[in-house]
Amino acid sequence: MNGIVPAPVARQPWMMLFPLFGLIAFGALVLTSAAAGNFDAYAKSHLVRFAIFFAMAIVISRFNKPTVQMLTYPGYLVILLLLMAVEIVGQVGGGSQRWLEVGPIRIQPSELMKPAAVIALANYYGGLPVGMVPTWRALVPAGAIILAPIAFVLLQPDLGTSLAIAFGGFVVLFLAGLPLRWFIMAGVAGIALAPVAFFIGLQPYQQKRVLTFLDPENDPLGDGYQITQSKIAIGSGGMFGKGFNEGSQSHLNYLPEPHTDFVFATMAEEWGFVGGMFILFCFGTILWWGIRVARRANDRFSKLLAAGMTATIFFYIAINLLMVMGFAPVVGIPLPFISHGGSSMMTNMICIGILMMVHRWNRKAPRTGLIGS
Amino acid sequence: MGLFRRRRIGAKPRELVSQTTLDNAFDRRTFVIGAGMGGIGTILAARMAYIGIAENERWVLESESNRVNLSLIPPRRGWILDRNGAPLASNRADFRVDVIPDRISDKGATITELAKILDLSSNNVADITKRIDEARGFQPIEVATGLDYDQFAAISVRLPDLPGVVPQRGFSRFYPTGPSVGHLIGYVGPASAEEYEERPDPILITPGYKIGKDALESQFEDELQGEPGARRVEVTASGRIVRDLETREDKQGAPVRLTIDGPLQDYAARRIGLESGSCVVMDCESGDILCMSSMPSFDPNSFSAGIGRVEYSMLRDDERVPLRNKVLSGLYPPGSTVKPMHCMAFLDAGIKPEETIICGGGRRIGNRFFNCWSNHGQVDMAKAIYQSCDSYFYHFAQQIGFEKVAEWAHKMGLGEEFDLPVTSQFYGTVPEPSWKQRKYDQAWQPYDTVNASIGQGYYLVNPLQLAVMTSRLATGYKVVPHLRMDDPRTEFEHFDFSADEIDYVRKAMSDVVNGPGTAGRARLPIEGVQMAGKTGTAQVVSLSISNGKTGPWKYRDHGLFVFFAPFDKPKYAGAVVIEHGGGSGSAYPIARDVMTFLLDPVKGMEALRPLEEQWGGNAQQRLDAKYRAYAAAAGEVVQPVPQRTEQIFDQVEAEARLAQRQSEAMAAEAVSSRNEGSRPPSSSASTSAPTSPPSARAPAATQGGTSE
Repeated sequence: MNGIVPAPVARQPWMMLFPLFGLIAFGALVLTSAAAGNFDAYAKSHLVRFAIFFAMAIVISRFNKPTVQMLTYPGYLVILLLLMAVEIVGQVGGGSQRWLEVGPIRIQPSELMKPAAVIALANYYGGLPVGMVPTWRALVPAGAIILAPIAFVLLQPDLGTSLAIAFGGFVVLFLAGLPLRWFIMAGVAGIALAPVAFFIGLQPYQQKRVLTFLDPENDPLGDGYQITQSKIAIGSGGMFGKGFNEGSQSHLNYLPEPHTDFVFATMAEEWGFVGGMFILFCFGTILWWGIRVARRANDRFSKLLAAGMTATIFFYIAINLLMVMGFAPVVGIPLPFISHGGSSMMTNMICIGILMMVHRWNRKAPRTGLIGS
Repeated sequence: MGLFRRRRIGAKPRELVSQTTLDNAFDRRTFVIGAGMGGIGTILAARMAYIGIAENERWVLESESNRVNLSLIPPRRGWILDRNGAPLASNRADFRVDVIPDRISDKGATITELAKILDLSSNNVADITKRIDEARGFQPIEVATGLDYDQFAAISVRLPDLPGVVPQRGFSRFYPTGPSVGHLIGYVGPASAEEYEERPDPILITPGYKIGKDALESQFEDELQGEPGARRVEVTASGRIVRDLETREDKQGAPVRLTIDGPLQDYAARRIGLESGSCVVMDCESGDILCMSSMPSFDPNSFSAGIGRVEYSMLRDDERVPLRNKVLSGLYPPGSTVKPMHCMAFLDAGIKPEETIICGGGRRIGNRFFNCWSNHGQVDMAKAIYQSCDSYFYHFAQQIGFEKVAEWAHKMGLGEEFDLPVTSQFYGTVPEPSWKQRKYDQAWQPYDTVNASIGQGYYLVNPLQLAVMTSRLATGYKVVPHLRMDDPRTEFEHFDFSADEIDYVRKAMSDVVNGPGTAGRARLPIEGVQMAGKTGTAQVVSLSISNGKTGPWKYRDHGLFVFFAPFDKPKYAGAVVIEHGGGSGSAYPIARDVMTFLLDPVKGMEALRPLEEQWGGNAQQRLDAKYRAYAAAAGEVVQPVPQRTEQIFDQVEAEARLAQRQSEAMAAEAVSSRNEGSRPPSSSASTSAPTSPPSARAPAATQGGTSE
């Protein structure tokens, strides 16, 4: 990535890397401002983490397909066990807990589960005989792969991550070629069950968030406050923003979580619509590249894997941006590559690494049109 | 079953599933997913454009209103000055703390914390809690003023944990002479919720902003108010001030200069001492009111945060009604003080001063014999004044008819209201036949004339009216009282009396003090200045209840004295009324000392100092001591204050009206005339030394016998 040595460099997916570096650099700038001009507070660790996780992504990208396929189920099971362990430790320690501490490292298994569930599902459908795909019987293991981790994550309780896993799973199932009417049926059932889920499945604070989302002005000083302040920040930025380090909403603490969940609002206040378009463009390019990687993949496993990873990244981006613009309830989901935070950076860089891996596989064995695997 | 069948149906297309169809489906569906992503991206971009560009103005405004906090700076109130420019009410820079109930998160904890830092008493805390409970949430409630810097700093440091608490540097109203000017100037306080509703000006709910609540402070509100300043500051979400953006200075209210002589006002108030009474002094050439003291009083300095329950309770329980301004709202039978004025009416009716009657210890009027307080023998007008012979007035009032006398009483200012900037003025009663018919539907009786001719019966006047009467009497001009230095002055109208006639009455009144009269001890200890005056003793209850000299305080006679000086060329005139003083002997020593102070402050102070030592300090010190004693005795069980301060003063006024009825009830019977003067009329020589040591109240022994 450094230097101008043609052969290995030209092979790299620059279409994705340039926007990615752009986002990281821009993120560092925004985080500097979110800390009132202090580079060391968030921006420095942001860059350091990116460097570490990018190295990790490179390592991931070197894996071969058989290795990955071999490791998929064991890896999935280990992470599932870790999720259970979290639940047990949490029960023992009292109160809810989302991570395990192993020496100096803090592992959050639910984050790892997002890509792991997608890989497992992709592996399952990649290996499934073609004729079995639209059968109910084939759906049972697939459902188990998705629902088992969701159940444990919901117990934590962590609605955002559960939804992320569910969304990744849904995309893989959808692309795996399951009959369309199943999805329609599921959709109808989902709408019918939504009120039940709302009243039984959600914690009171989550119910409140949903209600606030539906009517933010109802409680402008309470739960609607965050959304309102976020809209004020974005709206007051205008076309070109107030200028770097000039955002009053973030600097005077009106904006909640200016460096994590609401980092986009922090950015929009200072960089305006133009900055927002830059971020949307970068994300759009990365996602487009991800879909292209998926379409160009040689086999079903690779296709589903790449598409699922793209969907996982997309889910983060979409939910976060919809939230800060007042289109979704407040869910604690950070903005990939820009928000300050290690675990989301890790998950997203795993996704990027896997996409780069599939990209590498595509280059090594160009698409032939013949039966893969 | 249905499920099973559906699977059967689904079994058919299963044949068609192949790698190619799946690949095609994948391509189609990735396109759908990609389109969905693009769609959401477009929605987000559109949404952002809508918020950031179309609605930009609205959000910029909201962001500014977040960021910028406009706080009003309460204007400094205009000073109230005395005639020489010395402040009677000024402003003092201080630290203060208010709370805004709406912004408090935990009321109990906040108050407890404040009470701990500020060392507030439990009664204080109860007052504050009550005010917070009763206030509209947006109204700031004063917790304390006059904090020292350490307390102020202690609160400022804890601000993040105390939302709704507003510590401020500001100005508070300061009355240097405290209780001496309480009734005259009134006090200031925060605007009430009703006032805010009437005029929803944000300045009214700015912490530290006070409006005049009583007397001159409320009368001159518009002038004293000033214009608020404004400060724009950048604040964080938690309310911490980041920096000042812009400040507009406040504009101080205009000063109001009174005709009051500050030191004299203070002296008179202090000289009244333990008595309940009032003292008015006027410049009878200009009409300027130099002093109108009413005691006991309240300390307006301690009222500015609202009246505390302990203080209120103490003032309420005092039978000497410290909340009543006795100069304007105290009504008393004038007693013999109106006699010189009645003589003017006689002169006007053509009675010659030389005309005499025989006082045989009283006089027969109609078919009834009315007592005089002594047997004066042959009495002409001069002797009738300086010996205060009642028989003379019975006779001539009966002769000319009381309508004529009443007409002169009105001309002299009794029963009249004056055009003064005061909140309330009781004008009293000058009885006459048509008035009695109107009010009681009863015919005027000879005994009504007898009663009224010596200033008893239905007669009721306030001390200011007495002072005005004396000014008019002394000068022969229709002197109009003024309270403001810059009032427009007009030439006084002259009464149609010859200089001889005026001189005659002046001389007779001088003889009251300097001659063989009833108030020898009132002689001024000043070379070359002689004071003229007239004593009066007003009976409060009928003789069957009390002799007026001893017994329960509230049954004792009022002591009155009207005076002017110098007697031959009057410059100052005034009146002293001591409630239940037991006779005029309680009043004229005060008048003498006040006049002495006016002419020679050093001599005046010399007279006051030993008295104050005896009383236990000056008015302020005694009030403070009394408050401490009361608070200690009352402990925790003090009743709260009425909700609105207006209510308090309405109540005081209502009680004052009630008090005036008392004397009306008594007027239905013939009054026994009261002894006037400090010695029996027989010892007419000037035996008492002018500088005889004054005492708080002339004991009954020095007053001679009771009425005979």
